Amino acid sequence: MTRYQPVIGLETHVQLSTRSKLFCGCSTDYSGQEPNSFVCAVCLGLPGVLPVLNAEALKISVRTVLAVNGTVSEDSRFDRKQYFYPDLPKAYQISQFEHPIGLGGHIDVELDGAVRRIEITRLHMEEDAGKLVHVEDGGHSLVDYNRCSVPLLEIVTEPDIRSPEEARLYLQKLKSILEYLGASDCNMEEGSLRCDANVSLMPAGSSLYGSKAEIKNMNSFKAVSRAIQYEIERQAELLDRGEKVVQETRLWDDSSGRTSSMRSKEDAHDYRYFPEPDLPPVRVEAREIEQAWQDLPELPDARRQRLINDHGLSGYDAGVLTAQKAIADYFEAALQVQPNSKSLSNWIQSELLGYLNRDGLDIEDSPVSPGSLGELIQLIDSGKISGKIAKEVFAGMYQTRRPPAEIVREKGLEQISDESALEAVVASVLEAHPEQIESYRGGKTKVIGFLVGQVMKETRGQANPGLVNQLLKKKLGSGGA
Amino acid sequence: MSLDVTNLTATEIGRRVREREVSAEEVTQAYLNRIEALDGKLNAFIRPTPELAISLAREVDEKVGKGESLGPLAGVPVAIKDNISVPGVETSAGSRSLRGYRPIYESTVWERMRQQGLICLGKTNLDEFAMGSSTEHSAFGPTSNPWDLDRVPGGSSGGSAAAVAARLTPLALGSDTGGSVRQPASLCGVVGLKPTYGSVSRFGLIAFASSLDQIGPLARNVTDSALLFDAIRGRDQRDSTTVDYPAGPTAEKVETGIEGLRVGVPAELMGEGIHPETRDAIRRVVDRLSALGIQVGEVHLPHLEHSIATYYIVACAEASSNLARYDGIRYGHRTEAAEDLESLYTRTRGEGFAPEVKRRIILGTYVLSSGYYDAYYLKAQKLRTLMRRDFQEVHREYDVLLSPVSPTTAFRKGEKSEDPLEMYLADLCTLSANLAGVPALSVPCGFSAEGLPIGVQLMGRPFEEATILRMGRVLEQELDVPDRMPDLG
Repeated sequence: MTRYQPVIGLETHVQLSTRSKLFCGCSTDYSGQEPNSFVCAVCLGLPGVLPVLNAEALKISVRTVLAVNGTVSEDSRFDRKQYFYPDLPKAYQISQFEHPIGLGGHIDVELDGAVRRIEITRLHMEEDAGKLVHVEDGGHSLVDYNRCSVPLLEIVTEPDIRSPEEARLYLQKLKSILEYLGASDCNMEEGSLRCDANVSLMPAGSSLYGSKAEIKNMNSFKAVSRAIQYEIERQAELLDRGEKVVQETRLWDDSSGRTSSMRSKEDAHDYRYFPEPDLPPVRVEAREIEQAWQDLPELPDARRQRLINDHGLSGYDAGVLTAQKAIADYFEAALQVQPNSKSLSNWIQSELLGYLNRDGLDIEDSPVSPGSLGELIQLIDSGKISGKIAKEVFAGMYQTRRPPAEIVREKGLEQISDESALEAVVASVLEAHPEQIESYRGGKTKVIGFLVGQVMKETRGQANPGLVNQLLKKKLGSGGA
Repeated sequence: MSLDVTNLTATEIGRRVREREVSAEEVTQAYLNRIEALDGKLNAFIRPTPELAISLAREVDEKVGKGESLGPLAGVPVAIKDNISVPGVETSAGSRSLRGYRPIYESTVWERMRQQGLICLGKTNLDEFAMGSSTEHSAFGPTSNPWDLDRVPGGSSGGSAAAVAARLTPLALGSDTGGSVRQPASLCGVVGLKPTYGSVSRFGLIAFASSLDQIGPLARNVTDSALLFDAIRGRDQRDSTTVDYPAGPTAEKVETGIEGLRVGVPAELMGEGIHPETRDAIRRVVDRLSALGIQVGEVHLPHLEHSIATYYIVACAEASSNLARYDGIRYGHRTEAAEDLESLYTRTRGEGFAPEVKRRIILGTYVLSSGYYDAYYLKAQKLRTLMRRDFQEVHREYDVLLSPVSPTTAFRKGEKSEDPLEMYLADLCTLSANLAGVPALSVPCGFSAEGLPIGVQLMGRPFEEATILRMGRVLEQELDVPDRMPDLG
């Protein structure tokens, strides 16, 4: 693929987390509800209705523009995008065409240790359409308007992305930012985050873009990188054969792993955009923008840097912990109980996330609370239990939702740190392994590890390994030193 | 009944209902009887709503009985143009495409009128989707002018104007996008007001051209018009283009006289195209005002010559978009002959809309198309801005602009219906008030030799409805317009 340089731009539709729809009072909480039960005269576009802008949607949009380093337009406007389709009851979508709410901006991603800056062209508000349900062999379709007029923010990048991996990283970072803002629940499978990709190739070293294909219908991060990869290969093959890439819209099919032509440029709609006469221009005062800026929460990049600086985490660990706001919140809550950042980071990444992934749970639903995990680390750090036992305790915590101390007490898992209790075990282990004693005294001091292991085995892991080590050394004398 | 309430003004009916001289139900029944007896000749109503009317009237009478305090129009009947939504009452906009459609929600104007005790008598005829100047382009047949049944009542609110003129109702609502309240008011000899854009909520008005449409009252006199305007105006949360209206009832200012007001007569509206008889009638109004000591001067609206072109670009562009939703998928007419989605759309719409509406949809689609937008739509918007400035300029010096409403008196049915351009010229004098968003009033000022009414138009500054209504009231008193009634046998 070194012959060609892929050029990729992404258009992402984000469903905003508002209680009501963009232009009416209908609830947006329609997921899993009866079709057409979350609709009113306004979102159904009945004759004579008028839209009224949802102030919350505007507020969230302004915050998002600022969070991706964009410029909020003090004066933006809505336009009508016109086309006929049964899921669009007014036969136009109220969108922002000429004067969007946000202009410019960028998102930084890290690839192979280097920072890549993806420039953002624009962000605009618009309403969602309904959903067509094709009835199997019924010869007809049904329409569900529950989703109709739900607020969306479309975020368009410059053609700055150079690989499927960069596209994935961009989306991940965008998702992370939106979650930090509370702007969207970003569920790609449920469609609250939807992404189209413009893909073209240019000869390596060139700066002239080739003709692009717009890829639609990618329903997961994985689908996005697979579809882009497929499209790059498809276009490269065409170019290799001396053929041209046709400018068109292509549909990704996740099961076959291919894209196929949906419509060519010639069939492209003329949307006949014009200013929406039912809505006055949207005015956001400079002081409101300033206030929104002040009110922005800490965003992923800043939080990651803070974890590195204040808690001595590696860039990698801080990155994993801050990618999802909920994980970072969990980490910092646990840190309040036991300020051992490295141990917490390890436990969260290896144990907690492992269990949660296995069960398909979000960290918000974790059976182990941040406080409990902190207490567990406390037990380890104070020598009450060993790290090995702690894993068993964690399993118990995860299963029963009970605090670690209770589980330790109940199962009698407390670490044996009582010298007199251990001395007998140490003595019997030494008695059983005269060869190892010989080796040790002969200078092979590493053999002590084996002996510690034997003591641990005898005590079902409860012995304090440090103390066992000490006792063994004392018994074996300084011969090995 | 010794008293014929159908001869009374709305003001008088309201007073008598409040003072228990007559019940709202008696008033309502009298008008329903008159509709029943005479509307066969006029076809002013698409759909009278006798049951709704009687039940509303009884509610008012109950309140009167309890001694509740009531507004000036409680118990007064009103006819509503059939593009304004009254829940549960089939609303057609004069189109086959909406056949069977019943609104599930209430328009703001009807909600306000209902709360003030007005009685809905029924829904009146109009040109399909309010597109026309003659009420001939209705799926429910043409309405006749009460003064001459062979003539049109004007349009598009021709049903409302004819109903008021024939005393089938004391009050009516129309909608005015380019003259659709004022021109029929003029042709039927009643008073019609097109309020300032943004003063009356459009929520529930089936949109023709959103940036031009305003709902306005039609009545037998200026005072009644002011009362109905007061009943419906003011900011509405559901219409973002409405604004807070200056406080205080307009109706109370109507009697305060016109001393010190200055009147400008746009030369562009007194020249070619205006019938000499109409021009003479307007000149007599000017003379009368001068005689009253009012300063009258000739003014110029330099961009007015482009108003018809500008209007038809803006209005059709918006209409092409507003009417796109009538696709037969959710309500209204749906073709029997759909083979696929494409033919469902084209056949449903092809069957649902009549030629004039199709013409405007095609025109509007064209001017918004890629490659033509700048040359037509954008240019028209710029001209609109210039026209608004023309008005601001002239209104700096003149409180009221005075002109004919219609270039001619009521024309014969069929006379212009085959020639759209000829029909469009009928709106010459009225379009600019919509393009500029200013309030405009049509008041009867005389009769032609053939006995047909002539109206005079008064245009004011934005939100100064009171000023033009005051002047209208003075003209009513001063012009000695014969107190004739159309003879309907």
